[in-house]
Amino acid sequence: MSTAEAKLDEGERAAIADLVAHAPTPRAACIDALKLLQARRRYVSDSALGELAGLLGMSTAELDEVATFYNLIFRRPVGETVILLCDSIACWMLGRERLAAHITARLGIGAGETTADGRFTLLPIVCLGACDRAPALMIGDALHGDVDTARLDALLEGSLWRGR
Amino acid sequence: MARPLTQNIRPGEAPLDLAAYRQTGGYDTVRTVLGRTDPAEIMRMVADSGLGGCGGGGFPTGRKWQAMPPIGERPGPRYFIVNADEMEPGTFKDRLLLEGDPHQLIEGIILSAYAVQADFAYIFVRGEYGDAIRLLGHAIAEAEQAGLLGKDIFGSGFGLTILLHAGAGRYICGEETALLNSLEGRRAIPRAKPPLPQVSGLFGCPTIVNNVETVCNIPHIVRHGADWYRGLGVNGAAGTKIFGVSGRVKRPGAFELPMGIPMDEMIEEHAGGMQDGYTLRAALPGGASTGFIMAGDMDVPMSFSGMAAAGNRLGTGTAIILDDRTCPVAFIGNLQKFFARESCGWCAPCRDGLPWVEATLNAIEAGAGRDEDIDLLTGMTEDLGPGRTFCALAPGAMASWATGLKYFGEEFRRHIRERSCAWN
Repeated sequence: MSTAEAKLDEGERAAIADLVAHAPTPRAACIDALKLLQARRRYVSDSALGELAGLLGMSTAELDEVATFYNLIFRRPVGETVILLCDSIACWMLGRERLAAHITARLGIGAGETTADGRFTLLPIVCLGACDRAPALMIGDALHGDVDTARLDALLEGSLWRGR
Repeated sequence: MARPLTQNIRPGEAPLDLAAYRQTGGYDTVRTVLGRTDPAEIMRMVADSGLGGCGGGGFPTGRKWQAMPPIGERPGPRYFIVNADEMEPGTFKDRLLLEGDPHQLIEGIILSAYAVQADFAYIFVRGEYGDAIRLLGHAIAEAEQAGLLGKDIFGSGFGLTILLHAGAGRYICGEETALLNSLEGRRAIPRAKPPLPQVSGLFGCPTIVNNVETVCNIPHIVRHGADWYRGLGVNGAAGTKIFGVSGRVKRPGAFELPMGIPMDEMIEEHAGGMQDGYTLRAALPGGASTGFIMAGDMDVPMSFSGMAAAGNRLGTGTAIILDDRTCPVAFIGNLQKFFARESCGWCAPCRDGLPWVEATLNAIEAGAGRDEDIDLLTGMTEDLGPGRTFCALAPGAMASWATGLKYFGEEFRRHIRERSCAWN
């Protein structure tokens, strides 16, 4: 993984060139390219954004306009693992506020915050399409349904353990 | 009971791979139809089937396709796009189809793209659906290797490329013109219509955008015919539908049932009725953008026309239950918070109106409401209603709100009068 502020390396530039080569216009590749950089750097820094804009033939402002629109593109640092806690109607009815309070008690973070050790960031998310298993959340790329506080503890432990 | 859409889906099991899917007769239509059947005939068949847009709009799919200028009149690239940006609160039906039978969707794309003579297809999947993205990517690669995609498929003269796009968030991407902007690498804001996407869509080219479930119906309609499809529905409706129920029911889930099944039958028989200790009070029939139906009125058929006759909309067909132990003011407040946050900000009534609705509802729920709030909020149902905005987001937000005010008005007034929420 590259640090977020580093200049784009050759691998990143080649991967972006590949995206552009397969897109109808360079600009059409910009969301995929932002996601590609974020996957390697956790978030898209100002310097990375500026370099990417140059590669796509966009102005920095044009690319930032796109980057700041989409909630899964992070323009500020986030933790190693992002927790997406569904706050839509079925999960809200079935206990998501209890889960949010439990995360705050256990990790000391509220929505939009990152733990002091940089392990976790908590974000709200629109309906995850798992309403039959509400309340639901994602820890990193993994979806979990029918979550209660005991299960949440186990999931967080597992995530901490994998992080070591 | 015929369940064409879910016939290959086994809960907890991996979807059929290409070989297994073909053993069920899958992709047979690609050989029999491409280059042999007039594309206009496929469009006519779909129009005759009564299939409507399953993303929530319900617009007749065949008529949508027929609005595309014929390739002879309008040569050049044409796009067929699958909207798999499932984000409507309470909706979890497309996930089932994407993860459960990806080849069914791909077969549907090939036939649909042939019908409208599109040479490029996109599947726009929300970025959080990681399993669906992985499974679709694998299925597309299998289909490419088998010659089901690519140039000159089976010597038919018709070629098709499918591209998979994983989204980067935002509910508005599910709005078809906003989705086009997103695919072009722009902010996902809606476009003014006209021109319709069929005339000027992605990169200004003729474009069709259809929901996942809509497209999954196409292979079955083509294989068995429009009359067969119409016969699957009940109470005057056509086909089957993936319905779903969430909230305090015994068996929340998604299930394929005849289109037109009464709402109470769906909730009682298929979702198992209410959990012990909870009473059914009302439901939104198909996501956060539909209006409340009270427990006593649930003999209404779950179909586009049945819901329209009741002054409501079927939406996505996945119902959200309001029980007697949940505060309706807070329930509606949660819905409005969602809409306020997901407004793309492109037009003022939505951008400024929805946060105002949200803040006012929060104040009422917290015991800080004022008598005049009800009038203010009532006016909002007009100000944010149909015809005032570029897209259907704000009017959709007003559907649950306007019916909520109608049915739960006394509860709003009680919150204001008692300066507190009796449910807390």
